[in-house]
Amino acid sequence: MSKLVLKNVSRRYGTFEAVADFSLELQKGEFVSLLGPSGCGKTTTLRMIAGFAPPSTGTIEMDGQQISAPSGVVPPERRRMSMIFQSYAIWPNMTVGENVGFGLQVRKMSRAEIDRRVDAILDVVQMRNLKGRYPSELSGGQQQRVALARAIVVEPEVLLLDEPLSNLDANLREEMRFEIRRLHDEFKITTVYVTHDQSEAMVTSDRIVVMNKGRIEQVDAPHVLYGRPRSRFVAGFIGRTNFLEGMRNGGDVRFDGFTAPSGAVEGANGTGELLYSLRPQAVGLSGQKPTGPGLAVEAEITDRAYLGEYWDYQARPLGGAKPIRVSTAPTSVFEVGSHVWLEIDPAAMVRVE
Amino acid sequence: MAASSAGASRGSILRTGRWDATWLLWIAIIAILLILVVSPFVYLVLTSFQAEKTGDFTLSNYATAYGRARYIDALFNSLQLGAGAAILAGVFAIPLAWGVARTDMPGRGFTRMLVLATFITPPYTGAVAWILLAGPNAGWLNRFYMFATGAEAGPFNIYSFTGLVVVIALYSFPYIFIFTTAALELVSSEMEDAANILGAGTWRTMRRVTLPLALPAILGGLIICFLEAIALFASPAMIAIPARFNVVTTQLFQFFGNPVRVEVAAAYAMPLLGVTVLLILVQRLITSRKGFATLTGKGGERRPIRLGPWRWVVFGYAMLVATLSVFLPYVFLVQSSLAKAWGRGFSFDNLTLRNFNFVLFEHATAAQSVINSFLYAAAAATAAVLITLGIAYIVTRRLVPFAEVLGFLCVAPFVIPGVVLAIGFYAAYAPPPLSLYGTALILILAFTTRFLPIGYVNASAALRSLNPEMEEAVRVLGGSRVMALRRVVAPLLKRSLLGAWLLIFIPATRELSSAIFLYGPNTKVASVMIFDMSEEGNFEYLSALALILQLLTLPLLWIGQRALGRDFMLRRTST
Repeated sequence: MSKLVLKNVSRRYGTFEAVADFSLELQKGEFVSLLGPSGCGKTTTLRMIAGFAPPSTGTIEMDGQQISAPSGVVPPERRRMSMIFQSYAIWPNMTVGENVGFGLQVRKMSRAEIDRRVDAILDVVQMRNLKGRYPSELSGGQQQRVALARAIVVEPEVLLLDEPLSNLDANLREEMRFEIRRLHDEFKITTVYVTHDQSEAMVTSDRIVVMNKGRIEQVDAPHVLYGRPRSRFVAGFIGRTNFLEGMRNGGDVRFDGFTAPSGAVEGANGTGELLYSLRPQAVGLSGQKPTGPGLAVEAEITDRAYLGEYWDYQARPLGGAKPIRVSTAPTSVFEVGSHVWLEIDPAAMVRVE
Repeated sequence: MAASSAGASRGSILRTGRWDATWLLWIAIIAILLILVVSPFVYLVLTSFQAEKTGDFTLSNYATAYGRARYIDALFNSLQLGAGAAILAGVFAIPLAWGVARTDMPGRGFTRMLVLATFITPPYTGAVAWILLAGPNAGWLNRFYMFATGAEAGPFNIYSFTGLVVVIALYSFPYIFIFTTAALELVSSEMEDAANILGAGTWRTMRRVTLPLALPAILGGLIICFLEAIALFASPAMIAIPARFNVVTTQLFQFFGNPVRVEVAAAYAMPLLGVTVLLILVQRLITSRKGFATLTGKGGERRPIRLGPWRWVVFGYAMLVATLSVFLPYVFLVQSSLAKAWGRGFSFDNLTLRNFNFVLFEHATAAQSVINSFLYAAAAATAAVLITLGIAYIVTRRLVPFAEVLGFLCVAPFVIPGVVLAIGFYAAYAPPPLSLYGTALILILAFTTRFLPIGYVNASAALRSLNPEMEEAVRVLGGSRVMALRRVVAPLLKRSLLGAWLLIFIPATRELSSAIFLYGPNTKVASVMIFDMSEEGNFEYLSALALILQLLTLPLLWIGQRALGRDFMLRRTST
C-alpha cells in the first residue's frame, strides 16, 4: 500500500493558485524530491503534507487514513511526521541533547530511554561529543546535523525536508547531500525533500517531481528525467540543453542548418513545428568527418569556454543561424573560427512539448 | 472509502474545536481593547457633543471652548511653544548626534550617558531645577550674574515664554538625538567614500550625502519633539501660569478645575488630538520613504570622521548642552534637597537631611505617593506587556482574520496626548455605574493604555525576530501550540519582554499628564505630589522627593542595561 497519497491537491491564496491539481503517491520508504524554481509551489505542498496549511481542494492520506481535506486537517503535532526546516529551527535556548531529546520527551519516554536514543542518534550524525553545547556554539553544518538527528530520532512515519542545505556553503552542501542519502538508506524513512537545486535532488532521490507554476511537469527517476525530459521546462531546468526546432518536410525533418530523416527522430510523424532537446554531451565534435552512424553536420566554432572538467563549445552548423552547444573532453581543443564536424545521434534527440 | 470519511469527520471535529478557542481569545482581546482604547476615545468625542446635565446633543461645549480670545490664544501659544522647543531641541541634539555617531569626538560614551541622564529626568523635575536656576532675582544664575557684574538685577527670567521653550527643549532633545544617531549609524562610510572619491570634501560630503540621508530621521525627531512640547502639562503649569499665559494643556486643566467641565475640556482637546494625529501621519510618511531611512542596513564598515582639533569644539558643545540639562540642574537640586532654605546657598550651617526625613517619614502622603507610583507602574507595565504580547502573537502569526486591526488599536494611543487620554478616561469611567474616578484602577488602566504602543512595538519586534519555524518544529515533533509558547517562545523572548517592561515601567513611575486628571485623595502618585509641592513653593521637600524618584530608577536602569545592553533606553524608545 502507498504510504502517502496526495489526490488533486491545490492551494489558493486569494486568486493566486500556489499549487494546482497535485497528485502523487509515495511508496513506503521512498525518497521523493519536489524540485522547481522558487515560487513553484513546492514548499506550499510540503507544508500541506505537514499539516501547517489545509488544501483548498483535494485530499492527503497517510496509510489509507485521510489527514488533510479542505474541511479540516489533522494538526501537525498529531501526524507522527517530522520536518527539517530551511532555518533548521534549532532552539537556541536548549542544548544539542535537549533539542534532539525534545520529541522523545513529548512522547513521554523515560529519561534513561531518551538518553540512550539521543546518544545513539548523535553517534550516527557524529555529534555525540557536542551534546552539551548550545546551538550558537555550533557551525552551520553542525546545526544541520542536529536538525537531522532531532527529526530522525523520533522515528517518524514521514520525514519532510524544506531546502535544508540552502544555508550551507558549497562544499558542505555536497557533503550533506550524501549524508542525507546515507541516513535514508540506514533508516528507510519515507521522505519528501524540497529543493531548487537539481544536483541535490539527483543525488538524494528515488524519484523527482519537477514543478513549475504550481503544477507537476514530470515525475521520474533522476536518470529518466535527464535522459527523457517530457517538456521544454524540464529539459531546460535539469541540466543544460540545446533546443532544436524542426519542421516536417516530406520524409525529412528540417532543422536549423541540418536535416534528419523523419524515421530516425522520435515523434516525427506529427506535422508542423517540432521541438527537440539535445544534450551538449550527446553531440560529438571532431576535425574530420565522422564515420559513425549519426548525422554528420559541418559547423564552425563561434565561441568557447574552458571549465576544467570539460570544454563548452558553441558550434554553428554551416548554413544555420543558431549555434549548438557541445561539451567535449578537456583534451579536444579547437580554435574559434575553425571548421569542425558535429556528430548528432538522432536517438539522443528528445521530443519535448 | 470508510476510512476516508472517518478521517474527514475527525478533521472537521478538530477544526470546530480550534475555532471555539480562537473565538474566546478573540472576544477577550476585543473586550480589553474596547475598555482600554476604544471606549475612552469614543467617550471623549461623544462627551464633547453632550450637554452637561442632560446628555443631549449640543454644540455649546465647542462654543464655550472657543468662545473667548484667551482660549484661542492658548491654542496658538501651544503651537509656537511646540515649534520653538522643537527647533531649539534640534540645535541641541543634531550636533551631538553627529559628533557621537560619526566623528572621533572625545567622550562619546560619556556624552551618550549624559543624554540618557537627560532623558530619564522627568520634565517637571527639570522645570523645578530651572526655577531654582533662573527664577527672577533669587535664581542662582541671576545671583551669579549680579555677583559678577554688580548689577541690580539678573537677566534671566524663567517665568517667560522663552524660559518655557528652553526648559522644554532641554528635556526633549534626547528624542531628536535618538532618531538622528540611529539614522547616522546606518550611513555607511562607503557612501561617504563614494562622494570623496568624486572630489567632494568632508564638509560638502556631510552637507550633500550624510545629512540628507539622516534628514527624514531628523524631521521625524523634530515632529516628536513638537508633539511632546504641546502635550506636556507639568512644565507649562509650573512656568506659564506664573508668567500669566496659557497653553492648551494648562487651559484644559482649568476647565477641569472646580467645577469640572469635562464636556468643554473634551471639546477643547480636539485640536490637540487633531494636530497630533496629523503630524504622526506626516512623521510616518517622512521616515518610511523607501531608499531614505531604510538605507543599507549592515553593508560597509563605519569609520569615524577625523575632526582634528575641531573635535574639542564639538566636545565642548556637548558639555555645554549637558551643563544646561544635567550638571547645573542636578547640582542645585541636590543643594536644595540638602538645604534648610535653598536661597541661603552653600554653607555648612545650611546643610540638613531633614527634607529627606520629612518626605520619607513625616509627610502624610509623600512616601505613599512614591509607593503608589511604583505599584501602579508595575501593574500597568505587566498588563501592557501581557496584552501586547498576546496581540502581537496573534497578529504576526495571523491567528484570526483582521488581526491587523488589533495591532492598530494597540499603537493608536501613541497619537493621544496624555491629558487628552485622561479626559477620555474621565468621561468614560468617572460617571456611574463604574464611578472609577479616584481609584487605583482608573490610573492603572490609563497608564496601561498610554504605554500600550511601547509594549506593542517591542513585543512585535521581538516576535518578528523569532522564526515561526521554531514553533513549527515543536509542533511537527508532536508538541502543542501551548507547549511551543512555553518551551520555546517564552524563554527566547524573556529578555525582550523584560526590556519592554522596563521601558514602560520607568516612564510610568513619572507619568503626570494623565495622572493629574484622574488621581484621588488616596491614589496620589509621586509626580502629582511633586507638582503639588511646586505649587506650594516647597522646593526643598520637592527636590528631595524628585531625587528619591531618580535614585529609585537607577537600579532599574542597571538591570535593563545588563539584560539588553548599554543603550537600551536610547534605542528602543524610538518607535
